[in-house]
Amino acid sequence: MSRLPKEPVKLVPVPSTNKIPERDIGQSPILECRHLGIDFGGLAAVKDFNMAIGRTEIAGLIGPNGAGKTTVFNLLTKVYQPTRGSILIDGQETSRMNTVQVNRAGIARTFQNIRLFDKLSVEDNVKIGLHNQIRYPMWDGILRLPSYWKKEKLAHESAMELLSIFGMEDLAGHQAGSLPYGAQRRLEIVRALATNPSLLLLDEPAAGMNPSETADLMENIVKIRDTFHIAILLIEHDMNLVMGICEGICVLNFGQIIAKGTPDEIKNNPVVIEAYLGKGNKGNKGNKKGGK
Amino acid sequence: MDFLTLMDYLIRGLSLGSIYAIIALGYTMVYGIAKMLNFAHGDVIMVGAYICFFTMNRVGAMFDPETQALAAAVAPALAGVLLSMVVCTVLGVVIEGLAYKPLRQAPSLAVLITAIGVSYFLQNAAQLLWTSSPKYFSPIVGSGQVQAGPLTISHVILVTIVACVVIMLALTFFTNKTKMGKAMRAVSEDKGAAQLMGINVNRTISMTFAIGSALAAIAGVLLCSAYPTLTPTTGSMPGIKAFTAAVFGGIGSIPGALLGGLLLGIIEIFASAYISTQLSTAVVFGVLIVILLVKPAGLLGKTVREKV
Amino acid sequence: MTSLKTMKKSTRTSFLTYAMVVVAFVIVQSLRVFKDGGVGAVLEGQLIPICAYITVALALNLVVGVSGELSLGHAGFMSIGAFMGCAMASALQDSVTLAPLRLAISMIFGAVLAGLFGFLIGIPVLRLNGDYLAIVTLAFGEIIKSIITNVYLGVDKDGLQFSFLTDRNQLAEGGIALIKGPMGVNNSARISTFVAGFILVMITLIVVFNLVNSRAGRAIMAARDNRIAAESVGISVTKYKMMAFVTSAALAGAAGTLYGCSQVTFTATKFDFNTSILILVFVVLGGLGNMWGTVIAAAALTILPEALREFADYRMLVYAIVLILVMLATNNPTIQSGLSRLIQRLKAGKGGEEQ
Repeated sequence: MSRLPKEPVKLVPVPSTNKIPERDIGQSPILECRHLGIDFGGLAAVKDFNMAIGRTEIAGLIGPNGAGKTTVFNLLTKVYQPTRGSILIDGQETSRMNTVQVNRAGIARTFQNIRLFDKLSVEDNVKIGLHNQIRYPMWDGILRLPSYWKKEKLAHESAMELLSIFGMEDLAGHQAGSLPYGAQRRLEIVRALATNPSLLLLDEPAAGMNPSETADLMENIVKIRDTFHIAILLIEHDMNLVMGICEGICVLNFGQIIAKGTPDEIKNNPVVIEAYLGKGNKGNKGNKKGGK
Repeated sequence: MDFLTLMDYLIRGLSLGSIYAIIALGYTMVYGIAKMLNFAHGDVIMVGAYICFFTMNRVGAMFDPETQALAAAVAPALAGVLLSMVVCTVLGVVIEGLAYKPLRQAPSLAVLITAIGVSYFLQNAAQLLWTSSPKYFSPIVGSGQVQAGPLTISHVILVTIVACVVIMLALTFFTNKTKMGKAMRAVSEDKGAAQLMGINVNRTISMTFAIGSALAAIAGVLLCSAYPTLTPTTGSMPGIKAFTAAVFGGIGSIPGALLGGLLLGIIEIFASAYISTQLSTAVVFGVLIVILLVKPAGLLGKTVREKV
Repeated sequence: MTSLKTMKKSTRTSFLTYAMVVVAFVIVQSLRVFKDGGVGAVLEGQLIPICAYITVALALNLVVGVSGELSLGHAGFMSIGAFMGCAMASALQDSVTLAPLRLAISMIFGAVLAGLFGFLIGIPVLRLNGDYLAIVTLAFGEIIKSIITNVYLGVDKDGLQFSFLTDRNQLAEGGIALIKGPMGVNNSARISTFVAGFILVMITLIVVFNLVNSRAGRAIMAARDNRIAAESVGISVTKYKMMAFVTSAALAGAAGTLYGCSQVTFTATKFDFNTSILILVFVVLGGLGNMWGTVIAAAALTILPEALREFADYRMLVYAIVLILVMLATNNPTIQSGLSRLIQRLKAGKGGEEQ
């Protein structure tokens, strides 16, 4: 008995840019993706991805597993080079940039499967994030010239200040790999912040955290945005977090954007509900992910 | 340069290349499945050659070449090859079990250093057992020649090329058609998934080492038939060159090992003929470096993306 | 000792390592000066090679332990330093009469050339990773060996003469053949001294420790621990791997000059794959990234075989077994947990006896 061919997902027409929050409206977006796409072995993992993020916006990227969310992050940070389309950071074309240059242009990220420098101390992890912020030549380090002592002192102070965002100063001397899971996630955020980004990408920041940790995290994400005046784009499955702090949300399914809008618009969008829960489950909406 | 000399070099290159290809197969299979560079593979070749050498001497002495001409010609060679294959197979499995299996989860640097340790162990054990003074290996098929038109081809060269073709066909059949071969391919794709499908990963890896080491024994016999001086370090340079061949062709790929081996053999023979004998090794390694720069995955290899 | 305890761990380690080397030097040097017969003929002959091997082992540890890439061709850099440095020393024989100054110039020359080679080799090599990188460094080591074996270099009043593969140099009277192909180098004077070796070891330690505990060193270790994460925070991985590789090559070159200038004669085959492995054994036994361990391992393993000549046949066999066992013990989870339990039990046993 063969199943009926699945109906193609109906795509609602979406504008090429989000509704950028009011306070950012007068300014150009910090990030703009135009018709972004990548193929893996002939299969389009992401296609025609259009998105803009305001300068101080907290935006969310959601979608079912395998929708291509992390692939979008990898495209933005040039871990993968896009097959099609363009990415503009602060109006600057990035087609010729690599991961390192994209970071210097202002994008910092965390990873879904945590990637810390496990064998180094918490403080060193943050100092490595400060690599391009506090600079001195290799020789000054080897010869221990005055600039070495000055810059190292500055690096230590900055690292401690950044760690204090999450109250992690006491852990500075610990080995990063020995930290508990939640602390590792927080350290990754601190390390990313140390690179002085204008856009912070968080890949499932609340994964593996308990509800009270998640609540703290939500507060801290907003605090980071307010202190540093930066934009944040996050991938998250915890809908309380997404609906609670994101101002604009973009829903991805099968590599394509199926909806964009404010949390309220997304919550009530039938296409989104269908993508998450499948057809015929409309009566149960809000039971699973999807609602508050 | 005249055509005849050119053909002669080409055939010698093919013969040397066939030996490299057989050794490269061992490297490539082990690398494909265990994701490790078995540095000691070259020294297994040396052990195989020694075993064959001693067996041939022993068995050869049992027959009288006057009265039992056929037996005296065939029996020592056959016994030598078979016994060296058996010993090398056991050796390969033992090495894997003792030195590599405990390091399945370890960083590749640790595994590589261990493999270098095993290589050194085999070389020095051979030196203690059999001394470092060279043994002179007599070709397993005698020193006869055939005349093919204007070309003279020695039996050793013929046998080497034929052996390579046979092994290649047999291995292709094995990996594509048999259950064990399919298990090997599954393990090389994804160890975890293969295990979940009920494949015994440890046994599959041992099996790969066994096959690779048996091939190394054959390669050792052929190598020493062509280049008769046998010392405890005989295997190390051909081993490294064969690894170069495996990388050249694309590591993990069986046709790649054949292609890489043959090309490398031809390049080496021509380099020593037309550039300089002393620099032929340097030329071979130079080729490796150029290949890795232009095509990091080798001629027939696939690039694998790291998952982020 | 309280001040030692309050120090940062990395500072304390480097301080203790410096102290260890200085103390060892003072003891050996005072024995040589004040005691009849000095430290004995066997050790006396090994003093400079020990310093050279310590230096090159520290240099290799910078690549293997700190930068996390396996180099199997470090003897090649030593070789460049030895040949070019000694050629320089012979060429300067008349113009620079002060031997220590001549040695210093030669060492710097050897280091710069080896560093330059390290850079040229690093361009292709550092684009690769893991086993490929190791095998290519091995290939380069062999290439360097086969090239140097075929180099003929001479100097006379008209300048340098160079030929390759066959000796076509026609030196005028009074000219010196600096490098004689497979015959290697004959030194006109052995200008290396133990003091120079000690200074080189100290400089190497300072360079390695200060590099590791600086911005560049952190970047090198970040690239080692997680390449993608390092790039994501704006660290150019290739640049910092190159920095470690070139620094290491230059230090190995200086060690080569020190070694070369202590020998009456040597050939390129002295610096073959086996020497690269020997240096690797020092590093592995001393501990990856562990500098004081490397110093001890290099010194001990250079003296031991000379002291135990009757066991020379078994030496390499024992090295091989030790190499395998150390790797198994440090990397197998079962053995590791077993060892730590054993240590705990021993400690507990000790505590029990004291009570």
